[in-house]
Amino acid sequence: MGMAAESQFHVLAVDDSLFDRKLIERLLQKSSCQVTTVDSGSKALEFLGLRQGIDSNDPNALSTAPVNHQVVEVNLIITDYCMPGMTGYDLLKKVKESSAFRDIPVVIMSSENVPARISRCLEEGAEEFFLKPVRLADLNKLKPHMMKTKLKNQKLEEIETTSKVENGVPTAVVEPEIKDSTQVEIEILPLQEDLLLIKEEEQTLSTNNKRKSVEEGISTDRARPRFDGIATAV
Amino acid sequence: MNTIVVAQLQRQFQDYIVSLYQQGFLDNQFSELRKLQDEGTPDFVAEVVSLFFDDCSKLINTMSISLERPDNVDFKQVDSGVHQLKGSSSSVGARRVKNVCISFKECCDVQNREGCLRCLQQVDYEYKMLKTKLQDLFNVSFKLCENLLVLLVYSFY
Repeated sequence: MGMAAESQFHVLAVDDSLFDRKLIERLLQKSSCQVTTVDSGSKALEFLGLRQGIDSNDPNALSTAPVNHQVVEVNLIITDYCMPGMTGYDLLKKVKESSAFRDIPVVIMSSENVPARISRCLEEGAEEFFLKPVRLADLNKLKPHMMKTKLKNQKLEEIETTSKVENGVPTAVVEPEIKDSTQVEIEILPLQEDLLLIKEEEQTLSTNNKRKSVEEGISTDRARPRFDGIATAV
Repeated sequence: MNTIVVAQLQRQFQDYIVSLYQQGFLDNQFSELRKLQDEGTPDFVAEVVSLFFDDCSKLINTMSISLERPDNVDFKQVDSGVHQLKGSSSSVGARRVKNVCISFKECCDVQNREGCLRCLQQVDYEYKMLKTKLQDLFNVSFKLCENLLVLLVYSFY
């Protein structure tokens, strides 16, 4: 596993469905990420520490909790769009409105391919919009985004220790050295396929940007039946 | 002697899985799930599949209640149930179940109670059918493991 050997990326996954949480958790773990899952947008905000009301302008923010400067480092937030109460979009807005957390990349997932919804999320600052079911190949796209935050955080720490700058360092100051064209290691997982796969091209082509492309990832079209797994309990 | 049995079982397993794909019970997403399983998480697929079947049973139940009285159908509830079912069946690779959900949603959108009831019945049938099929697969897989173990033990002598 190539990137960031010492410290893993920490992803906060938000989804109201237990099933989907289990899935995204495994997907992220398989991509060598540390995962925290929560079942709602409000819990996500709590986890981030936004509820402490330091950085948000929300008048309803709880100010009873002690000021917590020890923020848990989150390198990426991945959230379902359709959730009761606070939707993924609402969560996205709240994160982007917060000065402390607006730099955390946010990814939205949805089972519905609604172009208007997709563009709205992207306009609001979401890095990516994934159509469910999310696949391993999709997560490979996230590494550059997470890398940016990590490096930025490291740089911020350096700056803070040397010159005691406040938390609201504008993004422009810390120029990320890692661009999107970073070499991302696409893991070629050993295929455990032992069957002929019917090529499923059910994905309705969305009008434009950021659609999940099946071809990018690990090709599942290998028609080579190969059974070498002993305990391949399905 | 055992090697022959193993080879046969292997073939059976292979053929069976292929047939599940060919008959449309499963799609690519199921193989994506299998990719996520490894030595550290050997029960992942089984767990997820089992969760899915639990979901099916619960959702079908609540939707059935919502659809019960012809004069008072909570289509919002039904829609929510279908949405969830469609999502999870899609994530698991349960192709037939997912396809029924698509029709189900259409009936729900136009508030067609009769159509919904038909789809509900179908969804129930499809998920149970898939459950049986996967159970058979697990059985073959298990027999395979047993036989391979025996082989392994014999190989020491």
